[in-house]
Amino acid sequence: MSIILDHVNYIYEKDTPLERKALDDISLVIPDGQFIGIIGHTGSGKSTLMQHLNGLIRATSGSIYFNGEDIYDRDYDRKKLRSRVGLVFQYPEHQLFEIDVFRDVCFGPKNLGLDRREVELRAYDALRRVGLPDELFYQSPFELSGGQKRRVAIAGVLAMKPEVLILDEPTAGLDPRGRTEILEQIKKLQRETGMTVLLVSHSMEDVAEYVDRILVMNQGRILYDDAPKAVFRHYRELEEVGLAAPQAAYIMHDLRERGLPVNTDAITVEEAAEEIARAVRAAGGLPGMTGQRI
Amino acid sequence: MGIVKAEKLTYEYIRRDEEGNVEGLVRAVDEVSLDVKQGEFIAILGHNGSGKSTLAKQINAILYPTEGTVWVDGMDTKEEEHLWDIRQTAGMVFQNPDNQIIGQVVEEDVGFGPENMGIPTEEIWQRVEESLRAVGMYAFRKYSPNKLSGGQKQRVSIAGVLAMHPKCIVLDEPTAMLDPNGRREVIRAVRGLNQVEGVTVILITHYMEEIVHADHVFVMDQGRIAMEGTPREIFSQVERLQDLRLDVPQVTLLAYELQNRGLPLPDGILTREELIQALGL
Repeated sequence: MSIILDHVNYIYEKDTPLERKALDDISLVIPDGQFIGIIGHTGSGKSTLMQHLNGLIRATSGSIYFNGEDIYDRDYDRKKLRSRVGLVFQYPEHQLFEIDVFRDVCFGPKNLGLDRREVELRAYDALRRVGLPDELFYQSPFELSGGQKRRVAIAGVLAMKPEVLILDEPTAGLDPRGRTEILEQIKKLQRETGMTVLLVSHSMEDVAEYVDRILVMNQGRILYDDAPKAVFRHYRELEEVGLAAPQAAYIMHDLRERGLPVNTDAITVEEAAEEIARAVRAAGGLPGMTGQRI
Repeated sequence: MGIVKAEKLTYEYIRRDEEGNVEGLVRAVDEVSLDVKQGEFIAILGHNGSGKSTLAKQINAILYPTEGTVWVDGMDTKEEEHLWDIRQTAGMVFQNPDNQIIGQVVEEDVGFGPENMGIPTEEIWQRVEESLRAVGMYAFRKYSPNKLSGGQKQRVSIAGVLAMHPKCIVLDEPTAMLDPNGRREVIRAVRGLNQVEGVTVILITHYMEEIVHADHVFVMDQGRIAMEGTPREIFSQVERLQDLRLDVPQVTLLAYELQNRGLPLPDGILTREELIQALGL
């Protein structure tokens, strides 16, 4: 089962002077259970693409198949599609509204018409999955910290039991620990449930650390679609489209240029540290170098 | 006395429940004292809820102290007659560029501040031009702001503050919503203001890389200043920062990881160049 996009185009304000191509001939296969990062500068088409996946926007031309069914078919249940593809918008905590956390998370499944017991079970499960401590369940969502609010908002989408979870910059505005906590939680969720996760991010360091595959968007097209290491090899081209490689990758390129024979494929701090330590040892070490302290 | 001085600044607010009943008192800023000299580049770090935004809002009198005093260019922020002078002296830029731009055309937006100050028209245009040039947005002066990228909008917001000729500019997470390029543009513009125009900068951020060039860093925790020093002094303390829910720049973390693997590197490496040198390359 999978999502297939076949020559999808989307044109804003078609047949007016403001006509603009937001998606330009996108063809793509998203198999089950992948963790995909989507990067691209503001206005590159990331959000438009995301909104096509759960039917919020209808393509101007082309087809989208969800588990083999054409979502634009006359009798396709697009309302149901929205619960199968969960979309977490930017700053989702702005959409919290209930008087306590638990009721807020119940809102989605309740609207699916499930019975009360099932609704509450799902809400409870979703809150556990995002790692929110039990004692906060009956607090007002507005009393929580930024990171906690965001977890509640994500739980609200999870409680719909989507097969695909799309998150639009889930870590924007959070402190470094909050960022790591949310991403670790999402990774764990993806591993445990086998859910497909699409993560839109402006942090190259985060996508390098967490995802299996990266889609790079530029001017409505997919510029690269590959494993993180392969994508970040194109760091110069990425810079030209307003992006960058993770800092660790730049360091590796610098070191190699200065004569340390390192493999420049390291894209996380951990990988870079391993590789530099190996190369330095292989080159005879540094003066005053000791054994490994780990 | 510096351009911004706080003495035992405390700020408390009353927390209320749904019905408006008092639930308790929150001390968001707790006896903070600091002194910022004209022309310095100051960074304020701290986790969500540490009190850094509340502190920033004291600097242009959006909030004023419950106890203690804040002076901006010698003016006590509690004295209402100074309000407009204070806001003109210390301009503020917020996180979301879309909430700060009001003009239909970039140059109109930038002119809004000086116009409100009653500056003669000719001088307004002169200031608009200078400000837009300072942030590298002069070429976009005739554009509609909604045609700009996030980074460009933020630079227009900065130009809008700059056109009021402030001595100090406070930026509260100006890059949180931007893509990598937007972040670079904004930080470059901010450094330019500080180095070329001599404007005092107080930058609040969650991105550690943005402040390696700051003159002085304050780290907030529970409304207090938990750490202060130069970026090198601060970023040498990797574990302490992680305890405070913060981080260090990736290159600093890499050097730290290399130390853990037995490489004799100095603490607090801040740039790629420093790492290369420390590795003897």
